[in-house]
Amino acid sequence: MWRKRAEIALFVTPALALLVAFVVVPVATAVQMSLYRWKGFGPMVDFVGLRNYVSVLTNEVFTDAVVHNLVIVVGSILLQLPLGLAIALLLNRKMWGQGLLRTIIFVPYVLAEVIAGVVWFQLLQPEYGVIDTMLAAVGLHGPEQGFLGTPEYALGTVLVVLTWKYLGLAVILFLAGLQGVPDELYEAAQLDGASWWQVQRRITIPLLGPTMRTWGFLSMIGSLQLFDMVWILTGGGPANATTTMATFLVNEGTKRQNFGIAGAASVVLFVIALVLALAYQKFILSRDSKEGGR
Amino acid sequence: MMTRTRFMRGATAVALGTTVALLGAACAGQGTGSQGDDDGSSADASTITWWHNSNTGEGKEYYDKVAADFEKDHPGTTVEVSAMAHEDMLTKLDAAFQAGDAPDVFMERGGGELADHVEAGLLKDLSEPAADTISTIEPYMSGFQVDGASYALPFSMGVVGFWYNKSLFEKAGITETPTTMDELYAAFDKLQAAGITPASVGAGDKWPAAHYWYYNVIRQCSADTLDTAVTSVDYSDPCFVKAGETLDELLATEPFNKGFLTTPAQTGATSASGLLASGKVAMELAGHWEPGVMQGLTEDGSGLGEDTGWFPYPSIDGQQGTDGAQMGGGDAWAVSKDAPDVAVDFAQYLLSDEVQQGFAELDMGLPTNPTASEKVSDPALAELLEVRDSAPEIQLYLDTLLGASVGGAMNDAIALQFAGKATPQDVVDAVQSAAEADQ
Repeated sequence: MWRKRAEIALFVTPALALLVAFVVVPVATAVQMSLYRWKGFGPMVDFVGLRNYVSVLTNEVFTDAVVHNLVIVVGSILLQLPLGLAIALLLNRKMWGQGLLRTIIFVPYVLAEVIAGVVWFQLLQPEYGVIDTMLAAVGLHGPEQGFLGTPEYALGTVLVVLTWKYLGLAVILFLAGLQGVPDELYEAAQLDGASWWQVQRRITIPLLGPTMRTWGFLSMIGSLQLFDMVWILTGGGPANATTTMATFLVNEGTKRQNFGIAGAASVVLFVIALVLALAYQKFILSRDSKEGGR
Repeated sequence: MMTRTRFMRGATAVALGTTVALLGAACAGQGTGSQGDDDGSSADASTITWWHNSNTGEGKEYYDKVAADFEKDHPGTTVEVSAMAHEDMLTKLDAAFQAGDAPDVFMERGGGELADHVEAGLLKDLSEPAADTISTIEPYMSGFQVDGASYALPFSMGVVGFWYNKSLFEKAGITETPTTMDELYAAFDKLQAAGITPASVGAGDKWPAAHYWYYNVIRQCSADTLDTAVTSVDYSDPCFVKAGETLDELLATEPFNKGFLTTPAQTGATSASGLLASGKVAMELAGHWEPGVMQGLTEDGSGLGEDTGWFPYPSIDGQQGTDGAQMGGGDAWAVSKDAPDVAVDFAQYLLSDEVQQGFAELDMGLPTNPTASEKVSDPALAELLEVRDSAPEIQLYLDTLLGASVGGAMNDAIALQFAGKATPQDVVDAVQSAAEADQ
């Protein structure tokens, strides 16, 4: 018995130590920081209770940021799910250049976020950018301040760039899921005289359900934590039109040295992400585990 | 070569490019930051550590020689020099302050940031031990004093003004540089009529846009009004709203490059400095670092070359501010609280006639020691230095003056005004409420 326990301890300890050092301690520190007014140096002594939370939750920039995050969560899924599915179904057919096409679709996802961001920032420059030049060539005019510089268009533009960047992940996951659909089902359907469209609708897509739900979870969490692309493209501007919770807290923390406010914002972000993740687990992902158990 | 204090303020962004996990991890390192334990860096009184940001070419060699000369004059003393890129230095300094492990001699930028460091007990009071040096650089000391005590010795001080393209001005038929706002607007008109975008501004980084508001404040408010407002945390004087109204007037003439709301200050060809350097716009409001930045952004490394011109921010009709007052900022040498006394001697040596003259000859910055002024060789910088030295007042950048928290809120509000999403009153309200929260 002791030997078994020792074995468990031996194997669990390293993982547990890492978890504590890199997850539990930072989260606890963020919570502690959120209760103080602290500029990033000197002793943390100015205890303010929940005041930082009040100031975060009543700050319009932050509440707008929460809305932006939710728009991106929903927008990403609405754009990427149908597009990703369509492309995956097309690429799943035997055709010439299949490997090349798959690679092209997947390349943006592999590209470093900062590089992709800088490239898109330059493409979208008003007057000097490629996109404006192309629009001008066909007689169209982009917005005066550019797509990223106009508050009304900025968030939509960020969403388009994110779709370009992350579509590859959806496609590759869906393609992997498609490999798991047994060929016998297709053969049986063909014998019954089902059309290509009927096969996709009645067999492929339902069987792809677990993959889509898992992808949806990853997409949601990624959208909630969105930072890099926004920071590079707009820095949260113009006029806070694209601020996300993460850009808000980095701006408050490292730029303005309001580490207490940043701590409170990060705790709020943590709670929102946790609640949504648990809800997703309970109402959407749980179907997969039940199905698996049947 | 120039010490560009404000360079990379916006661009540090790129280095931050990771997810939220980053902040979490960073937090773990911060702990409670207990102060006061003596840490080794000063345990050996004969060794002093010095951090600076002249990390390339002649500047680095010069500072190495300065350290060696000091060692020669002070047998038994060793100066450990760490030269690093500006943004690296700022990050490392923040970490060192948190760990209570600051170097003995390092750079401070004055204002609210310095006051915070003083409050946290990080800096040595230099009023007594460096009294002689302070008397030679007296005009530049105000931003580096807290409650009458001096905590850093400014060694380079620049002022912000309009850098312009002489040949584009000529093309537009502008013969005299503008001295009043009306003349500035007339110049905008002439440039626009000639099909030239008058000015670029890096409003994406916020502070370049905020400089316009600061200057309007310095013109519209008297120095006393501004001082009183800052110390009593009361920005209700109407001159602050007036400053914003002047900004609205200026914005109404639409002088800026397309997309200025997301334009970065200094990174890349389409940045505000890049547009000026490549002749796409005629002028930009910027500090003494601009020629150096433009040189870095042009392929042949010459920037605007002989077309580089400079004129101070125009005056406003009926202004209450002192005529000819300038806005700027600088870099200063500070000594950490636990540093040995010889570190103070070293900081003073860095401000000596000899060291400052060499500093000026290499165009490393705009020296504060009066004996070094004439050694500055670059003509545009020499012109700027003349304006600086004859200025009745030099007001520190308002964001530096007010510290990161209030300064950041102020710059964000001004950026909103540039986007047409805030009124002059909104900006003043934002400053007021941030300042109250910072109390």
